[in-house]
Amino acid sequence: MDNLKQSSNPETEELTGAEIFTRCLVEEGATTVFGYPGGAVLHIYDELHKQKEVDHILVRHEQGAAHAAEGFAKSTGKVGVVLVTSGPGATNAVTGIADAYMDSVPLVVFTGQVRTALIGNDAFQEVDTVGITRPCVKHNILVKKVEDLPLAIKRAFHIAGTGRPGPVVVDIPKDVTEQSMVFSYPQDPDMRSYQPTIDGHAGQIKRAAKLIAKAERPIIYSGGGVISSNAHEELTEFTRLTGFPITNTLMGLGAYPGTDPQFIQMLGMHGSYEANMAMHHSDVLIAVGARFDDRITGRLDGFCPYAKVIHIDVDPSSISKNFRAHVPVVGDARKVLRALTDELRDGKYTIPDVSAWWGQIGEWAKKDSFAYQQDMDGEIKPQYVLDQLYKQTDGDAFVTSDVGQHQMWVAQLYKFTQPRRWINSGGLGTMGFGLPAAMGVQLAHPDAQVCCVTGEASIQMCIQELSTCRQYGLPIKIINLNNRYMGMVRQWQDFFYDSRYAMSYMDALPDFVKLAESYGHVGMKIEKPKDVEPALREILSLKDRLVFADFVTDPRENVFPMIAPGAAHNEMILS
Amino acid sequence: MRRILAVLLENEAGSLSRVANLFSARGINIESLAVTPTPDETLSRMTIVTFGDDRVLEQITKQLHKLVDVVTVVDMTGQNHVEREMALIKLRLRDEGCVDDLQRVNKVYRGRIADVSALCYTSEVVGTSEEIDAYLAAMAEHEVVEVVRSGPLGIARGEQMLSIRQNE
Repeated sequence: MDNLKQSSNPETEELTGAEIFTRCLVEEGATTVFGYPGGAVLHIYDELHKQKEVDHILVRHEQGAAHAAEGFAKSTGKVGVVLVTSGPGATNAVTGIADAYMDSVPLVVFTGQVRTALIGNDAFQEVDTVGITRPCVKHNILVKKVEDLPLAIKRAFHIAGTGRPGPVVVDIPKDVTEQSMVFSYPQDPDMRSYQPTIDGHAGQIKRAAKLIAKAERPIIYSGGGVISSNAHEELTEFTRLTGFPITNTLMGLGAYPGTDPQFIQMLGMHGSYEANMAMHHSDVLIAVGARFDDRITGRLDGFCPYAKVIHIDVDPSSISKNFRAHVPVVGDARKVLRALTDELRDGKYTIPDVSAWWGQIGEWAKKDSFAYQQDMDGEIKPQYVLDQLYKQTDGDAFVTSDVGQHQMWVAQLYKFTQPRRWINSGGLGTMGFGLPAAMGVQLAHPDAQVCCVTGEASIQMCIQELSTCRQYGLPIKIINLNNRYMGMVRQWQDFFYDSRYAMSYMDALPDFVKLAESYGHVGMKIEKPKDVEPALREILSLKDRLVFADFVTDPRENVFPMIAPGAAHNEMILS
Repeated sequence: MRRILAVLLENEAGSLSRVANLFSARGINIESLAVTPTPDETLSRMTIVTFGDDRVLEQITKQLHKLVDVVTVVDMTGQNHVEREMALIKLRLRDEGCVDDLQRVNKVYRGRIADVSALCYTSEVVGTSEEIDAYLAAMAEHEVVEVVRSGPLGIARGEQMLSIRQNE
């Protein structure tokens, strides 16, 4: 508490906890809050009502608030802010908090709590929020008195946004918001136990450079950490300097231009043949801000059997967790890539000639593993819709997605050339993410083209947010690839359960056109391949309206290529 | 392999459950855990005994570090350290020979009688976990009705100390 006294903002007037709350948000520059009111946070809502600096976006379900804040955070790099009430408000937000934890999204989630005197009494709308969220937050804090509130908020923003980002929950009992004190905002989070390592170890960077200089079959494998640390320019410079092939994870797409010839597409379970084969045969693997997730590695004992691994990550626990790193470099991706590039330019090293390796990769790439056939007289192929979406948006839209086949097809076919344009739920795989995330993106970028690619199953998990979109006039373009199945579940049932479609069909679907219209939006249904192109042109031209475009697609289409669970990179199913 | 970890962490509500949660979430058992505040009351010190290979230990150490409340983590397994555990052991007396045995075993293991009643003796013994195991084995033929063990405490030998700045 010492540094409270040294704060630069001395005042003598006493403020309530609720007033202090809004003042702290302003101090943090957190002027967009996604939330939903309730008993425990009414003092705070009353304060929000009285002021103009903080905008509050009213969602229709607290899960939507958390995902919207994620969309806001992922597309801007700022910390997303959520405000919900105690009990069900908090538990509804948990899915979004867990999603943010898995994908390292900086969020501060404020949850109301019952009065301190009632805590532990099974009071109305009481849950142990700190206990429930503990396994899926970077940190959480129960504020027991108003004097602790400013520092708790300062720390929450600091922890959420630095190191490996993540969600922080601040649980505020109602009486704390009515107690008062002389407010000053601490300048320093003052934490002896939290000091992320930012600069890479110079000796490790030299070891990495030596290994790179001796590589014959190198590959760069980069993930979401590059985007979190805004290291895309450094990654591009490093990749171009070395001339090495680069593949991105699902979360890393856009960190390196998807249209560049050195980019050999996404890797992993539904990654390209060339990316996975190059991983398998590589002798030096340069992993940057990626965590060797099971959807990337496949069977671990068959993963990259010939490679020496350089692993750059700000989170030491990501290194050698799943796969042993030979040269671990703990640090911020941006700083480490800058230092590694400078080291390689120093003249002590020769960048290896990898033209033979490129020749081999070129052979693999001939498989054209993301190819599909659109019969213009047949059913609409989902890939065709996304191909057209890519072309008509010049690859420049913000695209959010839900989870399943459509998500993989966007990742394969939409060539992102900038970071923070591809917003999806990778780690937790949360159906229902896409629409609320798109709201956060659109609010952060009011004039941008924001598309939510979804399916008829996913969209129904947070469809209530169509109402929020109406209230705030968010002109999101919903591209619903409607195949009447939970497509990815159906695909696994085809492959691994002899096509017994246990509960994977979508019966009793709503008329999405009428549904969209009932919320005050534009609805469209597209059933023929020849209509896809003109329909998309019309959809994208409706600048001020949300359009729900229901594309009736081929129900039998599967995502290829695929590495079956338990298989290795060189054991892909191609069709 | 048996491992012993020393952890310094912020003495705050919830710190202990964060640590316990971490082990259970990662599917690793805690064999024993002893925790109390240090002379600097803002900090608590834990001694954790667990089992795992080098990979598991590396991961658990890193994950402990990652907890915002954790200040210092040291794996004492490979270091020269002193380890002590305390046990309270309650025996039901069957005959006079019982007491003779108890006193003989107490002498060997530096145990002492902490409580006596008409039917039961409670003895306390301090030593390494192996010594306490051996004590219990030596008393096996008697009717041991209750055993409570603290789990080991550990401290480095010599001038080495666990400090806030250990991991910087």
